[in-house]
Amino acid sequence: MSATDILELTASAAAAEIAAGSLSAAELFDVYQERAAADRAAGDHGLNCFTWVAETAPETVADGAGGGGNGLRPLAGVPLAVKDLFCTEGVPSQSGSRILEGYLPPYTASAVSRLSAAGASLLAKTNQDEFAMGSSNENSAYGPVRNPWDRSRVPGGSSGGSAAAVAAGLAPWALGTDTGGSIRQPAALCGIVGLKPTYGAVSRYGMIAFASSLDQAGPLTRDVSDAALLLREMVGRDERDATSLQFPHPIELPTAERLDGVTFGVPEELTVEGIEAGVLESFHAALDRARDLGAQVREVRLAHAPHALSAYYVIAPAEASSNLARFDGVRYGYRAAEPSDLLDMYTRTRHDGFGAEVRRRIMLGTYALSSGYYDAYYGRAQRVRTKISEDFRTAFAAVDFILTPTAPTVAFGLGEKTGDPLSMYLSDYCTVPMSLAGIPAISIPCGLSRGLPVGLQVAGSAFSENRLLDVAHALEGALAFDGSPARV
Amino acid sequence: MARELSAVLDHIAKIGELHLDEVEPTSHVVEVTGALRPDEPRPCLPREVALAQAPATSDDGFLVPSPQA
Repeated sequence: MSATDILELTASAAAAEIAAGSLSAAELFDVYQERAAADRAAGDHGLNCFTWVAETAPETVADGAGGGGNGLRPLAGVPLAVKDLFCTEGVPSQSGSRILEGYLPPYTASAVSRLSAAGASLLAKTNQDEFAMGSSNENSAYGPVRNPWDRSRVPGGSSGGSAAAVAAGLAPWALGTDTGGSIRQPAALCGIVGLKPTYGAVSRYGMIAFASSLDQAGPLTRDVSDAALLLREMVGRDERDATSLQFPHPIELPTAERLDGVTFGVPEELTVEGIEAGVLESFHAALDRARDLGAQVREVRLAHAPHALSAYYVIAPAEASSNLARFDGVRYGYRAAEPSDLLDMYTRTRHDGFGAEVRRRIMLGTYALSSGYYDAYYGRAQRVRTKISEDFRTAFAAVDFILTPTAPTVAFGLGEKTGDPLSMYLSDYCTVPMSLAGIPAISIPCGLSRGLPVGLQVAGSAFSENRLLDVAHALEGALAFDGSPARV
Repeated sequence: MARELSAVLDHIAKIGELHLDEVEPTSHVVEVTGALRPDEPRPCLPREVALAQAPATSDDGFLVPSPQA
């Protein structure tokens, strides 16, 4: 197989070729390793997708154990790019922050170990917004990632490096995390598939924490089948994460091509105001495709969804302010030079080590949790969260899935929103409600607006991943999105 | 930064408009039961591994400046 042919393969197809003996895992690894290493070497002339790239294939790939033969594992040695915030033993894991520059964890995150055990080979660590706080990847201490569809634009965030790498064919697939939209929004802006699973479906052990009641790992892939294959090997109870759950049934690979008998709900609250015209046009065209496949489309109410962003920007910073207290220059990471005493060390270490957005959120969170303000902010936000969950439960009694655009706009220009945090936060307007309710949601590409990809978000009830993937698979077939411009 | 934080706080203040007195706050989005394991000691990281990434160490611990130098 030529390198060009190999790059055309989805991860599932590559795994099948390896199983059939027509491609070796080592050959596949080398094709991607060369491309990833070239992007890393190109610095700002490339896409800046990676913070680390493997020099050689893992031994299991090099000696053929991940390849053909009787010992074949489900992921068959297919290389995987992993968001920087997953701890990987002996491999830099910096969460996009200067405060963790050069940090080499003593253990590996559960999600990554499970995928490795299933036969994935660690190809690279991907660039991200610092501590996953951002919607454009411009908050990384290691420089912004560029969108492969237009280098002057952002890839979205916070899993921007993972999304851009998959879209540009620098990795077959990637692992990301989603707190308020950090898998789905970059997937939408880069024209690929991104799935945020049900909260608790995937262990958070070894993920450098942002907001623990929201953080969830998930796949960024070229198509829905790849997302299902990767998810299948990630889910499950892990005793090292007390919030993780046994998934009630095995994840299956999607097969549906029709949507007869499926009812979609379209909430006015997330599909009218604040959504740019080109995105709405693609969204409504996607609704027509759903009807063509036999689905019913009707209106639903998510009355509290417009308040989700406000609640999110209390809850997430509050949890972050607590989680990030551990970065104090004592046990790992950066320490300010020549501190005069202990307090001076803490203060200067955190001031110099954290970027502006992280400092902003720590201050917001600390304020929201402070005595006298707790009930007005954190207490109220957790009540809004209850109302949002109730809205979804009511909606799912009437419809099977909810459809919205994934993001209100296509990819915006680098620097366009950095001066106005609130306008940046609004990028997650359509994705945050599902995060607060802990329900699964997938973004699939549904068309182009001004030559840039538009994402369609499909959300289902907790643990409905199998049906969600099936429905997304049927829609994907009908939408027939052509992702090839990104790999030119 | 003060101006930016004010804009965000103004946006957040919108949740003050809702009537939420009878609503229970969310603690877990998905019900979790039996999350606790028996409280039995298990092996932990070897000391030298735990200390390996620290900016400064003494023979057997993390080294920090005095609280009142």
